[in-house]
Amino acid sequence: MTVTAAAAPTAGPRRGRAVGGLLRGVPLLPAVVLLVIFLAGPIAYCVYYAFTDMQLTGASGTHFVGFDNFTRAFRDADFVNAVELTLVFVVGSAVIGQNTLGLALAVLMEKAAKPVRSITSTVVIAAWVLPEVVAGYLMYAFFFRQGSLNAILRGLHLPQQNWLYTLPILAVCIANVWRGTAFSMLVYSAALNDVPQELVEAAEVDGAGPWQRLWRVTLPVIRRSVMTNLMLITLQTLSVFGLIYTMTRGGPGNKTETLPVFMYQQAFTSSLIGYGTAVALVLLVVGALFSVVYIRLLKIEED
Amino acid sequence: MAVTDSPRTVRVRPAVARRPVIGTRHTRATASRVAVNVSLLAFSALYLVPLLWMLLVSVNAHGSFRLSVPSPTGENFRNILNSDTTYRPMLNGLLMCGGGTMLCVVCSVLAAYPLSRFRSRLRRPFLYTILFSTGLPITAVMIPVYSMFVQVNLIDSMPGTTLFLAAAALPFGIWLMKNFMDGVPLVLEEAARIDGANAMQVLWRIVLPLMWPGVIVVTIFTFIGMWGNFFVPFILLLSPEKLPASVGVFTFLSAHDQTQYGQLAAFSIIYSIPVVMLYLVLARRLGGGFALGGALKG
Repeated sequence: MTVTAAAAPTAGPRRGRAVGGLLRGVPLLPAVVLLVIFLAGPIAYCVYYAFTDMQLTGASGTHFVGFDNFTRAFRDADFVNAVELTLVFVVGSAVIGQNTLGLALAVLMEKAAKPVRSITSTVVIAAWVLPEVVAGYLMYAFFFRQGSLNAILRGLHLPQQNWLYTLPILAVCIANVWRGTAFSMLVYSAALNDVPQELVEAAEVDGAGPWQRLWRVTLPVIRRSVMTNLMLITLQTLSVFGLIYTMTRGGPGNKTETLPVFMYQQAFTSSLIGYGTAVALVLLVVGALFSVVYIRLLKIEED
Repeated sequence: MAVTDSPRTVRVRPAVARRPVIGTRHTRATASRVAVNVSLLAFSALYLVPLLWMLLVSVNAHGSFRLSVPSPTGENFRNILNSDTTYRPMLNGLLMCGGGTMLCVVCSVLAAYPLSRFRSRLRRPFLYTILFSTGLPITAVMIPVYSMFVQVNLIDSMPGTTLFLAAAALPFGIWLMKNFMDGVPLVLEEAARIDGANAMQVLWRIVLPLMWPGVIVVTIFTFIGMWGNFFVPFILLLSPEKLPASVGVFTFLSAHDQTQYGQLAAFSIIYSIPVVMLYLVLARRLGGGFALGGALKG
């Protein structure tokens, strides 16, 4: 603005255009104000708090402590445990679970009869539409010692387990797959619709089997959808809190304490706001990295 | 007839000779189709178990974790249909999510218009920032938001929570809305412009009427997201009488350890009904993939 103001005497019409341009941007204001106060503000605070020793009990004793929270975190066995569990959770339930299952369902549904297709998509989407806590509660009931899974296993004469104690991370991974697969399925169904049928048929004529057609023809054609889907489900899974918290509360012990749960426990159960925020910042940075990859995939048209 | 007959007999022969080959290929195709259908049905049945359990246990007087066939009773529903357990949390949720959705949709429409129509050096960086924020894990900013709300005395305030919910949903709302608005042709607008209408008149009289389906999609999407949001109200609200239904499920589960699963299932069903209905509206009127297409195209 200062530049245009200084150049004003010589460039009158340009100044008029600049003002006009600013006026045209006025409708953006409400959104920008909300975003700055409630998103940019907290993110800036997040960066600031992460370097303090703030506690829940009062702001009076807050000091700048530099990288203490971070050095502490990387020496904290619980934090390392949370990072590992988050990796297992994201890779296991999103990258492998939801992604593969969603693709498999989309591919199979193309070949299935119409009623079967609608039954499958209805059931899978129903699990997705349900609120997170309800899904968590249903999955808790499914994996509980006297739950449906053990009842089914007993019916099949297979060994039963107390899943939420022996394999809790597997249970929450499966819960997240159960809840989230619909998204990948919808993305892949839409993408498969756009695969030119001639390509697939040509490959079939050339003698390619179903697997080869999938690997060599379909997947390369839909690779952008694959990447977009992977980024989005990774981001979603990274911030899952309610599902895990309703199922296990991070327990038993800390066996399902992923980063969001660990962050919450540190900040509110142990009252260490500063430390919890440092953990949150780690989560935020990881999310931001994935988000950058994601926006590079979606190109915004040039002006 | 005689003329056409003879070539046909000639053609039939090789076909007869090839029939066994065609036959196996045909049966193999049928077999694989049957296999696909059967495995999808089996998979759906397994997927359905938790949902079925919820429905069964909600009408079961002795709620247990087994998949049993009960003598149906409405007792669970009768027990929870009171102000403290159901009506107030549902109303709180409706107020906060409804208000937040309205705010978010209005701001998105306003913001989408300049982003979709005007060219400027700032447009692309702004859109990239918006798209970038859609990916940020909101969970991670909740602790600073909590500290911020404590400082400005907005903690345990329903309007404060509403504002935050709206802001958190804005990036996706703006992005989706801008994509829908891009689909409205410019020609009509230019005619109105020449007749002297200003930007707001054009937006209200010409653009919006042409993109109602898009606005409805954004509205429903935003509402479903907020209705299911557990973490935000869980952190920002403290008084039990202000909590929405999403936190209600959680407090219910922790308060009644191992008992009254029937009631909790009944409550879950009531809590889920609004979003299921809204999703059905979305899918029925606009087709399931429609909304996603708008979200994912660049």
